[in-house]
Amino acid sequence: MQPEAQVPYAQLEVAVLVSVGRHPLTGRARRADQDARGVELALSLDKARITLLHAGTLDEQSESALRGYLGMGLPQLTLVEQPPGADVVPALADMLDEARPQLVIAGERAEEGEGSGLLPYLLSERLGWPLVSGLAGVEKVENGVATLLQALPRGQRRRLQVRLPAIVTVDAAAATARQSAFGPARRGEVEVETAAVVWDEAQSEWSVAPARKRPKRLKIIKATSARERFKAAAAKAEGGSGQVLTDVTPEQGAEAIFKLLKEEGVLR
Amino acid sequence: MSDILRRDPRKEWIARNRLHPEHLSVLAEFGEGVSAATEWMGPNGVLRRNPHAVGFMGPNGIKRIDRSGAQQGGPAATGMAETKDSRRQVTIDDPAFLVAVVPDMSGGRLSSHDRDLLGLARQLADADGERPGAVLAVVFGTHKEEAFDEAGVDRLLHFDDILFDGHAPEARLAALAVVEGELAPSHWLLPDSKLGGADLGRRLAARLQERPAAGVWQIEPDATAPLGWRCTGRGAAGTSDIQRALPRIVLALAECAEPVSETRHAARPLALAQPLPSLLARIEDLGSVAVDPAGVALAEAEFILSAGNGVKEWEGFHHAAKVLGATEGASRVAVDDGFMPRDRQVGATGTWVTARVYVAVGISGAIQHLQGIQSCEKVVAINVDPGCDMIKRADLAVIGDSASILAALVEMVERQREEKRDAA
Repeated sequence: MQPEAQVPYAQLEVAVLVSVGRHPLTGRARRADQDARGVELALSLDKARITLLHAGTLDEQSESALRGYLGMGLPQLTLVEQPPGADVVPALADMLDEARPQLVIAGERAEEGEGSGLLPYLLSERLGWPLVSGLAGVEKVENGVATLLQALPRGQRRRLQVRLPAIVTVDAAAATARQSAFGPARRGEVEVETAAVVWDEAQSEWSVAPARKRPKRLKIIKATSARERFKAAAAKAEGGSGQVLTDVTPEQGAEAIFKLLKEEGVLR
Repeated sequence: MSDILRRDPRKEWIARNRLHPEHLSVLAEFGEGVSAATEWMGPNGVLRRNPHAVGFMGPNGIKRIDRSGAQQGGPAATGMAETKDSRRQVTIDDPAFLVAVVPDMSGGRLSSHDRDLLGLARQLADADGERPGAVLAVVFGTHKEEAFDEAGVDRLLHFDDILFDGHAPEARLAALAVVEGELAPSHWLLPDSKLGGADLGRRLAARLQERPAAGVWQIEPDATAPLGWRCTGRGAAGTSDIQRALPRIVLALAECAEPVSETRHAARPLALAQPLPSLLARIEDLGSVAVDPAGVALAEAEFILSAGNGVKEWEGFHHAAKVLGATEGASRVAVDDGFMPRDRQVGATGTWVTARVYVAVGISGAIQHLQGIQSCEKVVAINVDPGCDMIKRADLAVIGDSASILAALVEMVERQREEKRDAA
């Protein structure tokens, strides 16, 4: 109907940053869960040209993991060759600066290594693009402005508008990734590009161990005497501080409840 | 005044007669202390106590010693048992350094995560008794918190501007950058939480070009580290522990330290000398989206309307939940009787809920149910029985018929929405 409005945005350039994940139980390399959700989000966009971008090495394990993304129905993946222990931010920033996609999608954090979730933020600061974190979905992209749905805790959602180009990270509330098909995964191409290597020196000074179970917080009773200790141990439901309204009409009671709900901001 | 020493033979007599009811107060008046004589160190290094000097006269003239610590008698024996706040007041006038904390303030109050973080900040600030640091809390937008002093805040920087309400990470980041330029805190602590702290902390780290430690859950003193501390944080999506020197910016998990409980602090308001730079927001907040409350998992629902045995009119209850936009919950009785599905059961055998507001309609409050709502912030009870346990737990309890109260509440909410629509 309106071809002139659609022509400039016929193709939305989307780059998805993918990483090699780690299965939480077996420890094997796999496609990372959140990155796969990111690919799924990109696939759900209308008229998008998707490029997959990964920075790392190509070996047997990582290749099978990366082909997991290709099996979602994408023909090609660009791999920026970076040895383990390298800082991938400069290489990725250079790549993105060159390719200039309109939307960059990344997972929230890696399943391997430091996993601090800092990479999209560093890229955003370096490229000067706005960043929106914790996305549940993209509602629409129009005239260079994307309307996004951000996932908040407690199942809430918030609508945001951001001017493209932008970097977004995907929340675990986004749509689950489709299965990876074996045939397309085999047929897909992994294009290897070389880039300058910047070493991450700080990381060598850390000591990394498998996660220890965190100590459970104890209920500390600060009592100076036996009577107080006994009282604390034998205490039933706390309270007494609450306000009790007796002999009120239903309207008065409802009024009080309404005021509290209003104060807490749970009424919309 | 004349310098003739006046003697009061009666009082001297009382002082000698340790069975006299006023014996202790007279002794105290004479100065030589009851306190001096009650306890002393024996020759073998054992603490000795004089049982004659403690205790008070019971109502029937027998001496009693109260070992619970609530000692009566003695100097001020007139029964002025005032409950004094035993927390130590701490004021730090010129701190050697600042530890900045940016709490989430979800719902306008300090969350338990924020309190833990302030406890961690106190650890950092109070480590060296000779050069104490001050904890600076940076708070954005309007808030309802009154107990910053009890949470361990020495300085409070409050950015109260409409600019910071809602999702405004860029404006907040710009403000934090100004704070960094002006006050240069030696540590930045942010909660590694979905409520905004994780996002803001990473933005701040990227802006200040400092490498943060994320997912920190423990810190220990370490003389070899540049800042004198070492931290342990989760890495690789929670499957590994990374131990490293504490960086300037720390994103800490919940329960990273004990919250402050023994001291009170000044929470002195602070203002920046320079105004905040104006900036063009590139991310626009279009407000929250209405989600179907029935689709939200009970364990993470924010607002729960829960029904129990006292509910007779189920139509009205469901209607109220719909109008209020609350997720429905139920007690075990309501579920067993077939009025609500099993997955809506709240309590020890059902779901442990974390709602911010929990409205219990006709629930008497069995101990299993109260366990399930332990972590709820505000509990409202509507019940006919004023003596039930739920009333004791509730922050607001209304005694009356639940059906009519709910109907009145629904009407009130609908009327208010109508007015808003008319005004708009």
